[in-house]
Amino acid sequence: METLMSILVGILFSIGIYLILTKTLLRIILGTSILGHGVNLLIITMGGLKKGGPPLLGITNHSYADSLPQALLLTAIVINFATTALFLVLSYRAYKVLGTDNMELLRGNEDE
Amino acid sequence: MNNMIILPIILPTVAALVMIILRNKIKLHRVLSIVALLSVMAVSVIIIGKIKKDGFLSLQLGGWEAPFGVSMVADMFAAILVLVTSAVSICCLLYAFSSIGREREEYYFYPLFLILITGVNGSFLTGDIFNLFVCFEVMLVASYVLISLGGTRAQLRESIKYILINVISSFLFLVAIAYLYAITGTLNFAHLSYRIAEVGQDGLMTTVAILFLIVFSLKAGLFLFFWLPGSYSAPPTAIAAIFAALLTKVGMYAIIRLFTLVFYHEPQVTHLLIGILSAMTMLLGAIGAVAFRDIQKVMTYNVVVGVGFILAGLASYSTVGVTGSFYYLVHDMVIKSLIFLLGGTIIHLTGTSKLDKISGLIRLHPALGWMFFIAALSLSGIPPLSGFLGKIFITEGTFTASYYWLGAIGLLTSLMVLYSILKVFMSVFWGYTDLTVDREKGSTKGRMLPIALLTVLTIGLGLGVEGIHEYVDIAVEVLMNPTVYVEAVIGK
Repeated sequence: METLMSILVGILFSIGIYLILTKTLLRIILGTSILGHGVNLLIITMGGLKKGGPPLLGITNHSYADSLPQALLLTAIVINFATTALFLVLSYRAYKVLGTDNMELLRGNEDE
Repeated sequence: MNNMIILPIILPTVAALVMIILRNKIKLHRVLSIVALLSVMAVSVIIIGKIKKDGFLSLQLGGWEAPFGVSMVADMFAAILVLVTSAVSICCLLYAFSSIGREREEYYFYPLFLILITGVNGSFLTGDIFNLFVCFEVMLVASYVLISLGGTRAQLRESIKYILINVISSFLFLVAIAYLYAITGTLNFAHLSYRIAEVGQDGLMTTVAILFLIVFSLKAGLFLFFWLPGSYSAPPTAIAAIFAALLTKVGMYAIIRLFTLVFYHEPQVTHLLIGILSAMTMLLGAIGAVAFRDIQKVMTYNVVVGVGFILAGLASYSTVGVTGSFYYLVHDMVIKSLIFLLGGTIIHLTGTSKLDKISGLIRLHPALGWMFFIAALSLSGIPPLSGFLGKIFITEGTFTASYYWLGAIGLLTSLMVLYSILKVFMSVFWGYTDLTVDREKGSTKGRMLPIALLTVLTIGLGLGVEGIHEYVDIAVEVLMNPTVYVEAVIGK
């Protein structure tokens, strides 16, 4: 299962990096979002995908799920969500002010 | 009373939240932000006093013992950096009062500034690598908004690149944390150090260490600094100054912390790599600083040179080298904000950043000229100013570790830095005065006080080094003996 997940993470990473390397701003942001999902999957996979009860002491449970990667994941998702939202808003504003979303044209020039 | 450690994080946050509620009371914003930063400063002085007396201060949040809970740890290294952070940020804030403009003030400039400081202090004081990530993000999100606040064309263009670079490096940070957790099963700095020392740092571990190095190199501008000159030229002076003073330094702090506390077993791989990267950073940064005839470009490339130089001391991994890194880190925080404030003031007065269009300012602004001269000397490490001692120690450290090439490049780039900044000084302040007071684009009203404060600070750090070296020694002793840190936090 971990191997399969790792391959999936790899696929998500390649898609994300491909999109980030394109020229359109919106595609780049979508790329970072997909990369973020890849990272989240990686965190949960790296914690070990084992079956088990909730991490509470009990009589019937003999194996416990590791709760720490899930806590990390939750924090990462929230931060990723907030950053993507900010990035989208800013890129919309930049598109309105600068009149382009092509990264090639966003180099800037001497007389501004 | 270890609860005090949390105050440098809580105080700015609470002040910022109050300000967001009371949006239009700008006077209140100003008073509250100064009060918050002054109290952080006072708290950090008390923390330093306590550390000197009892060694470490550590706080296990929520009563969950390390390594299960999130620890906050204040050692001398972190506590001094918190103190310098608050001193520098107060100066930048004073500068912002007269320069940032009503509109930015109404759009939450002061709360964002304080949240940035929260993130910086949090990164210094945390004892947990995931918490370090969270504090980094707090700092970065505040910086994303600060860099684009005002929405000029250049700011929007540069902020997009800045955010993209930082988002990607944050993802890499998470990837590195995930791998580290998979190998060691813990995220607490002290526990990580203990476990890695126990099982040894094998090839896989070193690879993870290098992944962390890449992440923090992106954030600190070590070799991967291609984003830095553009981003730091776009925002207004006060914001650019605080960025130059703090943001790269937090990345450097993380590198120093990780590679002295956790990944210190293979210095011939990791620390040599840091040395090579810092040599290239110094060379490329110095070439940039020499090549451009534009105040902003010269200043931003000088930030890059500073990054390389500080980490050259760490690369030597000797007591004297790390001592030098620490002195120079403190010096760099002060001097980079000073240089940015001075440069920003010149641009404000003349309305241009091109060196060829400015000359003879010394007749109109003698005080500004002399302070620029002192700052220029301090930047290149002329005694008795604050850069001197750090430079000596770092060079000595690289020679002790027989990285002669690294020390030589450090000294060579120091000369190039001196040339680049004196080039600015000569063409701005010397020559024929073609401006008159009433034809200037702005005035220095209210802007001289923070600059003077920082100048006094850089002279004081140079002359008063006898007074602070005792504290620096304590800090470096902990950095060079990781077991002390481990014992203090998890008691093993």
